[in-house]
Amino acid sequence: MDAALTLTIEAFADTIIPGEKRFPGDRAVAGAAEGGGAVAAGALRLLTDPAGGIAPALDSLAVALNDHAARYAEGRAVPLDGDVPAFVALPFAHRTALVEELTAWEHPEHEMWVGLALFSNMAFDSAAHLHTEEAFATGHPGLLTLGYTPPDPDGVWRFPQFTYGRQLAPPHPGTTVTGSPS
Amino acid sequence: MTAAERTDVLIVGSGFGGAIAAYHLAAGGAKVVVLERGPWLDSDEFDHDFKLGSSYTRIFDFVVGDGMSVLGGNCVGGGSVVYFATMPRAPGFVFDRHGSIGRRMWPAAISRAALDPWYDRVEESLPITMQTWDRVPYAGGLFGAACAHAGRTANPAPAAIDVDRCTNCNWMMAGCKFDAKRSLLLNYLPAALAHGAEIRPLHEVQRLSRTDDGGYRVHYRVVDGEDYRILHDAGTIDAKLVVLAAGAGATPVILQRSAPELGAMPHAVGRYFSGNGERLNTAVFDDDRVREVLGLDRGDGSAYRGHQIGRGPTVASWDRLDSARPEYERYSLEQLYFPPGLGTILAQAPDADRAAWFGVRKKEMLRSWPSWMTIFTMSEDDNEGVFGPPPETGNAHRVSQQMLGNGPLRYRPTANTWRGWSLADADVKDILERDGLARVRPWTNDLVGAYTVHPLASCRIGDDPATSALDDGHQLRGHPGIFVTDGSAVPGALTVNPALTISALAERAMPGIVRAARDRGVTVTYGAPTPEGATSARRAIARTA
Repeated sequence: MDAALTLTIEAFADTIIPGEKRFPGDRAVAGAAEGGGAVAAGALRLLTDPAGGIAPALDSLAVALNDHAARYAEGRAVPLDGDVPAFVALPFAHRTALVEELTAWEHPEHEMWVGLALFSNMAFDSAAHLHTEEAFATGHPGLLTLGYTPPDPDGVWRFPQFTYGRQLAPPHPGTTVTGSPS
Repeated sequence: MTAAERTDVLIVGSGFGGAIAAYHLAAGGAKVVVLERGPWLDSDEFDHDFKLGSSYTRIFDFVVGDGMSVLGGNCVGGGSVVYFATMPRAPGFVFDRHGSIGRRMWPAAISRAALDPWYDRVEESLPITMQTWDRVPYAGGLFGAACAHAGRTANPAPAAIDVDRCTNCNWMMAGCKFDAKRSLLLNYLPAALAHGAEIRPLHEVQRLSRTDDGGYRVHYRVVDGEDYRILHDAGTIDAKLVVLAAGAGATPVILQRSAPELGAMPHAVGRYFSGNGERLNTAVFDDDRVREVLGLDRGDGSAYRGHQIGRGPTVASWDRLDSARPEYERYSLEQLYFPPGLGTILAQAPDADRAAWFGVRKKEMLRSWPSWMTIFTMSEDDNEGVFGPPPETGNAHRVSQQMLGNGPLRYRPTANTWRGWSLADADVKDILERDGLARVRPWTNDLVGAYTVHPLASCRIGDDPATSALDDGHQLRGHPGIFVTDGSAVPGALTVNPALTISALAERAMPGIVRAARDRGVTVTYGAPTPEGATSARRAIARTA
């Protein structure tokens, strides 16, 4: 995977769930939020996983995204640094505005950009490219940000404390003896 | 040339509609083969794991259509393996609905009273029990307390869950590894197998054609066990009678693809699809306000922060299920849990002006995930869904090796549907934002359209041949010997979770399907007890005889 493609796809994922820069001078990750975002969570690995089905489209998605970014920048007189692909060069607020435009219901390419966003989000919120136990063991930033509770030592979740243990509302007066609406 | 494989009855799909038919026909003496497109997993194969390829992605499908996305089961046991097991009966007014056709949608023979004996039977079979407040998880308790604070009622909903076995892990969508959820893998399907029914997983039915003796030939492809995008061998099985129960997102597609050989389908095949009027709101609770306003305390320093804990929906609000209210203004609200993965992308940051479903504000919202609650609206939609031309195989173009595909369903909600959704959204806001308890916002339809976990009505029963694909005995009009018993047969939205009604309708259809099988030369009788041995259906038959 070439560097321009990697930068472009990572910049898109970072727009969906932003994170802090991985190193000084990180161009793909804009640093718009504290903590790891979709990129640190493994978005590139999930997006390139053959199981996901989106990998074969990444090249053309990156080309299209940079074309859209160049057009967007030109239309708004946003100067772009030519060292990196156009979408990567866009300031974060403009990346956000462009992704809003591309994923809008009426946009003709809506479906493909929503698909890219779905997988970017999934890398962060469920680490779908990793066994969940492994994700916890390696400090996956998405599951930690969510506050998702780790499993028991056998990798299985159980919550023995789960209830307030008391009636908290009156039942509907039409409830039948089987507990259904009448 | 090898002889064609033959059976008495071929059943497509092993969810509620298919499993119930398989049990009764096999128990009555028929030779039954069930073809199921998904895999066959036992409880020890159900994973607590979000990785692609685990049971979380193997056993259900998320099919994105044009304006409507459908989440459904894809495994032996169908929707029952991935469902949340909430099993209320449909309120009586549902059966008098007029909907989009301007007159009664349901067959004259079916009312709540007429269906009650069949509901009884399913409740005995799974079984289904009332949940009790002392076992309701935190999220259900909080929803109930918020309803009461707003002057409303709230009910622990009846469920097919053995709460003594439940660990409140909230992994129901990956299958229940503790057998707490009473799926069809634990009742109808083993009973059908015990009577000789054969279930073949990873067999995707593509179309039907006729045989020379008046029966049907079922054409299938074998699906790869790991990558469902790959189809292997093709084969056929001849049957005297076919029961289609592939789900409301697939049954009409199979019939559409069969039309060139079977002849024209009824107009209603692939039309009048309903998403059960479903809609989602996501709330983020303020833990301090939950403690101060509602007096709730978990005893560990938290008042709530329990989104991850529990077992799907447990508490419902039925205050708007009022028969005196006009159609499209009646709905139930249910507290719900969706796991990460599918459950967070559509959530919108309550206070964001722009980019509410992604970006900086959304990430801030994700930091409060344990304080989330999803409220699920089930309302009266307008049966707006229409299926376009069928894909080459299956019911969708598969994108991922499992789980994700693009389907031909088109859905544009009408003003009627939006009326119910808007009223429900306002209700949810009124209940949950009262006194600063939470901030709430509906999920957006702009990404993958409306969203249903309960697809219905794409081949519905009815008395009017112009608007129903099936007669009131579930037989496909113009094609004797083909029956449909899944959610596609339900005429419209139910305002509550539909699995129990789909099952009750399937049970009700069985005596007639057995008669039709006998008329086609199959040696079969009707009258088996429930899989657990109860006999309420015999009383139902006696009452209507």
